[in-house]
Amino acid sequence: MEHYNMNLTLKVWKQKNKNQQGHFETFQVKNISSEMSFLEMFDVLNEQLIAEGKEPIAFDHDCREGICGACSMHINGRAHGPWHHTTTCQLHMREYKDGDTIVVEPFRANAFPVIKDLVVDRSGFDRIIQAGGYISVNTGNAVDANALPIEKHDADEAFAAAACIGCGACVAACPNASAMLFTSAKVSHLALLPQGDPERSIRVENMIRQHDKEGFGGCTNIGACEAECPKGISLENIARLNREYIAATFRGGSKNSV
Amino acid sequence: MTLNSKIPSGSLESKWKTYKSTCKLVNPANKRQLEVIVIGTGLAGASAAASLGELGYKVKTFCFQDSPRRAHSIAAQGGINAAKNYQNDGDSTYRLFYDTVKGGDYRAREGNVYRLAEVSANIIDQCVAQGVPFAREYGGLLSNRSFGGTQVQRTFYAAGQTGQQLLIGAYQALERQVALGNVTQYSRHEMLEVVMVDGKARGIIARNLVTGELERHFGHAVLLCSGGYGNVFYLSTNAMGSNVTAAWKAHKKGAFFGNPCFTQIHPTCIPVSGDHQSKLTLMSESLRNDGRIWVPKKQGDNRKPNDIPEEERDYYLERRYPAFGNLVPRDVASRAAKERCDAGYGVGASKQAVYLDYASAIERYGKVEANKLGLENPSKEKITELGKGVVEAKYGNLFEMYEKITGENPYEVPMRIYPAVHYTMGGLWVDYELQTTVPGLYALGEANFSDHGANRLGASALMQGLADGYFVIPYTLGNNLADDIRTKAIPTDHPAFVAAEKEVSDRINKLMSIKGTESVESFHKRLGKIMWDKCGMARNEKGLKEAIEEIKALRKEFWSNVRIPGEINEFNPELDKANRVADFIELGELMCMDALNRNESCGGHFREEYQTEDGEAMRQDDKYMYVAAWEYKGESQFELHKEDLVYDVVHPTQRSYK
Amino acid sequence: MSWKSYFSTSVGKKLQMSLTGIFLITFLVVHAYINAQIFWNDGGVEFGHLAHFMGTNPVIRTIEIGLFAFLILHVVQGLLLWSKNRGSRKSRYAVKKDSETSKWYSRSMGLLGTLILLFLILHISMFWAPNRGAQTFGDGELDLYAMMRDEFQNVWIVIIYVLGCISLAWHLVHGFYSAFQTLGLATNRYKAMIKTVGVAFSIIVPLIFALMPIAFYLKWIQ
Repeated sequence: MEHYNMNLTLKVWKQKNKNQQGHFETFQVKNISSEMSFLEMFDVLNEQLIAEGKEPIAFDHDCREGICGACSMHINGRAHGPWHHTTTCQLHMREYKDGDTIVVEPFRANAFPVIKDLVVDRSGFDRIIQAGGYISVNTGNAVDANALPIEKHDADEAFAAAACIGCGACVAACPNASAMLFTSAKVSHLALLPQGDPERSIRVENMIRQHDKEGFGGCTNIGACEAECPKGISLENIARLNREYIAATFRGGSKNSV
Repeated sequence: MTLNSKIPSGSLESKWKTYKSTCKLVNPANKRQLEVIVIGTGLAGASAAASLGELGYKVKTFCFQDSPRRAHSIAAQGGINAAKNYQNDGDSTYRLFYDTVKGGDYRAREGNVYRLAEVSANIIDQCVAQGVPFAREYGGLLSNRSFGGTQVQRTFYAAGQTGQQLLIGAYQALERQVALGNVTQYSRHEMLEVVMVDGKARGIIARNLVTGELERHFGHAVLLCSGGYGNVFYLSTNAMGSNVTAAWKAHKKGAFFGNPCFTQIHPTCIPVSGDHQSKLTLMSESLRNDGRIWVPKKQGDNRKPNDIPEEERDYYLERRYPAFGNLVPRDVASRAAKERCDAGYGVGASKQAVYLDYASAIERYGKVEANKLGLENPSKEKITELGKGVVEAKYGNLFEMYEKITGENPYEVPMRIYPAVHYTMGGLWVDYELQTTVPGLYALGEANFSDHGANRLGASALMQGLADGYFVIPYTLGNNLADDIRTKAIPTDHPAFVAAEKEVSDRINKLMSIKGTESVESFHKRLGKIMWDKCGMARNEKGLKEAIEEIKALRKEFWSNVRIPGEINEFNPELDKANRVADFIELGELMCMDALNRNESCGGHFREEYQTEDGEAMRQDDKYMYVAAWEYKGESQFELHKEDLVYDVVHPTQRSYK
Repeated sequence: MSWKSYFSTSVGKKLQMSLTGIFLITFLVVHAYINAQIFWNDGGVEFGHLAHFMGTNPVIRTIEIGLFAFLILHVVQGLLLWSKNRGSRKSRYAVKKDSETSKWYSRSMGLLGTLILLFLILHISMFWAPNRGAQTFGDGELDLYAMMRDEFQNVWIVIIYVLGCISLAWHLVHGFYSAFQTLGLATNRYKAMIKTVGVAFSIIVPLIFALMPIAFYLKWIQ
């Protein structure tokens, strides 16, 4: 791999807090190595801003290895930038060339209010999980792990759904700002396992209700979420959520539901 | 003060059982009156908070991330150990206990480790019941793989995302308790002080990272589940936000710090590519199951790896440790890589890397596949193609990650790897009940020092975090809180809260008023360089003494020249970082002091003065068979307390993986 | 949970769109089949039989009420969803490369649907409304075949009809698949099949419709 350096123009969304209007600001960065990650390029920019006595740009990030789901950023019109199956922290600068202009915005959705600059509040996802994204089992007294064999295919499918990192790219990419891919990943993960069976009706009902309450848009099967998901969560999960929902409808739902 | 580890008497096998059946209990009505604060929501924190919430305690959780689900446990890749013996390969509780004690180079407590091995099996049961999608065989039963330092297959896994799946399981259990009203969750909050009332930990001061406001929270007990301090090295596999602040505040309030110098350097990480590097990425230890590690036999060999013929390659782990080969424990593998690179055999542009090669695994798997398909005389290309398919199914996500970071295709070219800071065995000193030397203050998971001795075996961190949270603390906390049922909630306008809050705000004001010229990041990098060079994979007396002086100077400079932009009462990540780096600097000094004190080599602590002729670590059991527990006595003042380690069952010998 | 609350969530509303959509798709098949009788070029004899049956059979007339109800539900719910979904992102992106992640017609169902609605208003007011008017208040059924022959001599009407059919085609490319996805049937096993059938349907049916005005205009049929 040939390494090279580049100078870039960055147009970055600046917003003091939730209540104030935001705007774009333009910055220049020099000598960015093609081996840097996108966030390391932002580190360089922030160090430069601090040295100039300016305020650095706030952005969410933590593990920087594509698994915690903290990083966000809408880069040149794409959630997590242009690479397939990649979070922003794993996007590397060899994607860009000298002289490029990059526009960086926060994930935008009513349900994801901006906290500052590129940082948004994704706590709605926690509340969707609280609405039913779990199996009600207390610690202790679980039966032996091998007491209940699970068909490998189902276990693998459940794993594929459970791989969701809760980053919100599905919402950011969806023209409707819907979080149905996120919601369906959890519904699917638990519906595919026998342990999740007893609560399947109430789970899907309550999670969808919470999804709507948070202000996410509805799903119209556009598919941008799947294309943009860094973990490749499949639309099949939304199909499964729909089936779960229809089944719950016919079953009359759970007696526990509200 | 003498340290009392409170290990129950009786035989190793009976200690925990006896404890559980004799410890004090709190009745349900009283539990509702007892408040517990949990700092950190990784495996230890989330599992503890969920379990305590289920029991009926009033729990508050705090995490600096925007959601509990992002705690860095999520990044653990390879797996979790459990003595299930599902593979019928001779595993048992005792063997897991023995491997862990031996792997830790005989610097862990027998009682604790045995308990860990005992509950390991329950963890797997619990996780499966929660819906954790572990890998399975076609028969529907759980699959296992091997990890370093063991000769059995006891590691349960979910592709290369085991930590994620376990954490999501614990997180879901936690969110369920939040929904039920048993747990209140505070995200984007950082604990900045422990509040002490009458000699007991009774609450915390936390900063709301969105608004910058300081908040007072009362708790009958405070649980620190805040993880390790690997980021003291600046570059590590830890998350950017991982920090020692909560543990360090506790330390300054009287909690002893155990074995701070015991850090684990993980052998298989993607090498540093330049000064811009902000963190290092681990390539799972599971890759050593099938990959072979080598360097050229010739020094400074600049040929491309695929141009170097088989006979000119040095598979140095297989050569030096034929019994365990590429699966030696992490400390051994890391030192061996460093030895080769230091001797001039390193590869890549930086020469600070070795090869992790999958060519022979691809060929081996390809042949097996061809056999399965009944292909006669398959071509070399066909074998390679089939083999790549198998490797992709097993390690696809790791290979993909490597390619994203380096731009090289690991199916074609051997991966370049180098050791990197990964885990800290040291941490707050705790007794058998996970209580620190401050009554009411507990430490769980990586934040405590207890179970891994001087070196942790792969797939044991997840095990310990969950063991502490799900299965240990619910008993031990109850045993202590039983005496607290008459203690009413202390109002947060109590003078102790006021004083603690003032301490925090004074410190923040002081940091903000420095208005110097150098960024926090720059100080952190400088600290990291000192630590890595002088308190890293190899240490010596001279270097450590220098490091201590350099860190002292760095601290002075930090407190006189750091520049923190922005305001106090707003979302200000630079201020958050400054708070953390200030603590890392103080910790760094203690780590060097501890490393200097420990005149022996053991596990992850390698003192160049103490090695065998063939370069293996040499312990000094007669002098250092103890836990070094340091008490804070004021700026740069630490007093050493020793907890002698007694081995009733295992007989310490020189570790051999040959 | 009551039926009403089931159908009031975002997934419930989507189900309404799916079920009414599938009903409308079925209707299109019947409609296309009957109207395609004109291609016998028999002066509208075959067509006339079936048109008479459809216009007078009491069962069909009852179903017709359902058809309108479903159509209105599909339209109203569709527009409400469009407005709600669009409102879910009040602060919009400065740069959005939608074309890299999804198809334009999937994102434009509201627009395509509105175009079809406008076309439908014209279409209904040209044929269905006068005919039912005459049946109810006048001298009985009109000669729909003759009406078609006359109306489609106007090139502008023909163009509008062809554009209406094109809108319908794109609406169907997404709508056909989407209806089945909403019912949870577009699993990996059946997705490709559903998409293929959907695309074929979206080409064939609107093409049959579009050929009618063209055929009259070009005097392929008399």
